[in-house]
Amino acid sequence: MAEAAKLQVSDEVAITIHNMNKWYGTFHVLRDIDLTVQRGERIVICGPSGSGKSTLIRCINALEEHQAGSIEVDGTLLSSDLKNIDKIRSEVGMCFQHFNLFPHLTILENLTLAPIWVRKTPKKEAEEVAMHYLEKVKIPDQADKYPGQLSGGQQQRVAIARSLCMKPRIMLFDEPTSALDPEMIKEVLDTMIELAEEGMTMLCVTHEMGFARQVANRVIFMDEGQIVEQNEPEAFFLTPKSDRTKLFLSQILGH
Amino acid sequence: MSDTPAQNVAFVRTSEIPPSPPPTRETGAIKWIRENLFSGWFNTILTLIALYLVISIVSGAAPWFYNGVWEADSIRECRDILAGKTGACFAVLVDRWDHLVFGFKYPQDAYWRPLVAFLLLLVAAAPALFGKIFPRKMLILTAIYPFLAYWLIWGGTLWLPVLVAGSIVATGLVFRLVEGMAVNMRQILAGVVGLLFGLGLAWLLFKGAAELVFIASNIGGSGLSVIPYAVFWAAGIFTYVCVIPMGIFVGYAIYQSAEDGGLVTIVTALFAIYIMLAYLLGPVSGAFNSIIPLELQAVPSRDMGGFMLCMILGTVCVTLSVPLGIVLALGRQSHMPLIKGVCVVFIEFVRGVPLITLLFVANVMLAYFLPPETSFDLILRVIIMITMFSSAYIAEVIRGGLAALPKGQYEAANSLGLNYVQATRLIILPQALKISIPGIVNVAVGLFKDTTLVSVISMFDIVGMIRGPIQQSTDWISIYWEVYGFAALLFFVVCYSISQYSQWLERQLQTDHR
Repeated sequence: MAEAAKLQVSDEVAITIHNMNKWYGTFHVLRDIDLTVQRGERIVICGPSGSGKSTLIRCINALEEHQAGSIEVDGTLLSSDLKNIDKIRSEVGMCFQHFNLFPHLTILENLTLAPIWVRKTPKKEAEEVAMHYLEKVKIPDQADKYPGQLSGGQQQRVAIARSLCMKPRIMLFDEPTSALDPEMIKEVLDTMIELAEEGMTMLCVTHEMGFARQVANRVIFMDEGQIVEQNEPEAFFLTPKSDRTKLFLSQILGH
Repeated sequence: MSDTPAQNVAFVRTSEIPPSPPPTRETGAIKWIRENLFSGWFNTILTLIALYLVISIVSGAAPWFYNGVWEADSIRECRDILAGKTGACFAVLVDRWDHLVFGFKYPQDAYWRPLVAFLLLLVAAAPALFGKIFPRKMLILTAIYPFLAYWLIWGGTLWLPVLVAGSIVATGLVFRLVEGMAVNMRQILAGVVGLLFGLGLAWLLFKGAAELVFIASNIGGSGLSVIPYAVFWAAGIFTYVCVIPMGIFVGYAIYQSAEDGGLVTIVTALFAIYIMLAYLLGPVSGAFNSIIPLELQAVPSRDMGGFMLCMILGTVCVTLSVPLGIVLALGRQSHMPLIKGVCVVFIEFVRGVPLITLLFVANVMLAYFLPPETSFDLILRVIIMITMFSSAYIAEVIRGGLAALPKGQYEAANSLGLNYVQATRLIILPQALKISIPGIVNVAVGLFKDTTLVSVISMFDIVGMIRGPIQQSTDWISIYWEVYGFAALLFFVVCYSISQYSQWLERQLQTDHR
């Protein structure tokens, strides 16, 4: 299954990051990042905390500003021009560690808000699309509840559905399962695997190495703001080249 | 349960424990009394003491109400009727109720007008306050109400408020029109508007500079006043220097915005409303009125008074200061230094000055600063000052609400592609305002009670009315409890309603179901 999905990777380029650097004050968080993502590719980014992996994917939809180098998403160059930023953001979906659902809106309203206001979809159509994606994440019966009434796993699936309602071409996941109980991690990962099988371009920051093995085309290991090693999952897990990667893998897989 | 073996470590549950209701407790009044009033010797003593206090206060105050005189022409007559007994002289309320409610100069045959305005206020406010209960279309009533109420209370020709409303609608249409224009058309428009606005701004600055220099020369540079003298001179010269660059800069910025609308759209709409209000309003409404006269007897602002004045100031200032407070709070969070600076200076300055000072400025000082021929309605000046004052407080309350929102909400909104206006309106403000409700209501209630401060600038609101015309009349000299009690009752009814409403609203908006 995973093999078949991996073949779908096309020659088309989805994201090009060239020589990108970022500083927080004087702290150099991201150093000379070069990364090209093909359409349909699924990349897992791992690394110790503080290695800049979240910052990297947050730069892609301009939640963080980079100070040097270039990021090009779907042929649009990310600059300080607000129009470009809004265009990129509506093409790139994002899921957060803490879900960030809108607590004052019902699940259905959470899902239809952006399509109605950004894409100018008629309300009825947006609701149909929303119900379609809620069924896909297997919680259509929760549509009229508020986020506060749902479990963590359900909330994260709603968050994924909310991004999908915008019909994004790229999905970013920022540690989507880190705030969840083990039982709920599985339901979220299942949703993500399903998404991957449909050929969505995905960048996931996660510590779920099983997930990386099963769906990723490429695993990227980051440390101290640099890409230390990247490879296909088999090779990455079995024959890591760098000592830093070996140490990291022994720590997270060793127990 | 009983199948849990205490001594064994290994245990497998074979039967599920069925859920059972909590232990039933005895209920009823006796149970409640025993639990809440006589639960121990200490609480029993406290209950008895409290009971004694309540009884003595009620029995002391009852005769005052019970013996109250309702029919008398003066306080002396009251005393004669009471003949030494304790008793209130409610006759003052019967005699002067109209002054307490409407002020002593409001024409008597027009009392129905503020009354109708008040009843309509309840109708107009309902859809805005209870949005979930009333249909959305009723909001049209809310939009019409201010114009109607103005006409009812101040009188004059109906055409004036109708045309003001018309100009506002027309301005909206102009805004839409410019927004929908083709880019090259908008470029021409932006050129014209930019030039006009730049020139207009330069002219305004020129006048302002002249004014500053004029004030400086009035202060004079001798003794202690040398500092304000120098400050005004410096400000004047600075403004003179700014005139041309500022005009060019703003005009150019408007011209530059032609491609994506924004500034040119807003400025054109502002131009439209300025022209309509300044040049068209007076003559057109006069002309309409001569054809179809729809006129009520005009009542000048000086003749407003009593509780009506408090209600006017309270409702208008609360409704205006909430949106202004929101704008100030958002401005204070802005990343643009100019906007942020203006908001911070405004908020900190206004919060640092007592309301009475601002009211004195409104009453007396403003006349010195404005050109001699301008006459600004007194109530309007007071409304501006109170609104400024309370909006600064509301801005800080809302800033607290904004700060309480997790950063993730902004990020989620941004990551979905919502722009600043959409994210603020749909995601940030609904949540921030919900958090801020208690604080905003606090300010609103305080503001409503502060409207009585206008009595110090010789406006006859209900307190001014009591202190002036009533207590100083020969008939009702030195009457306190009855009139102040009446005022307190009116204020309590309104403030308590506001507070109850806010609690209801908080329950309505509760979505976390904790």
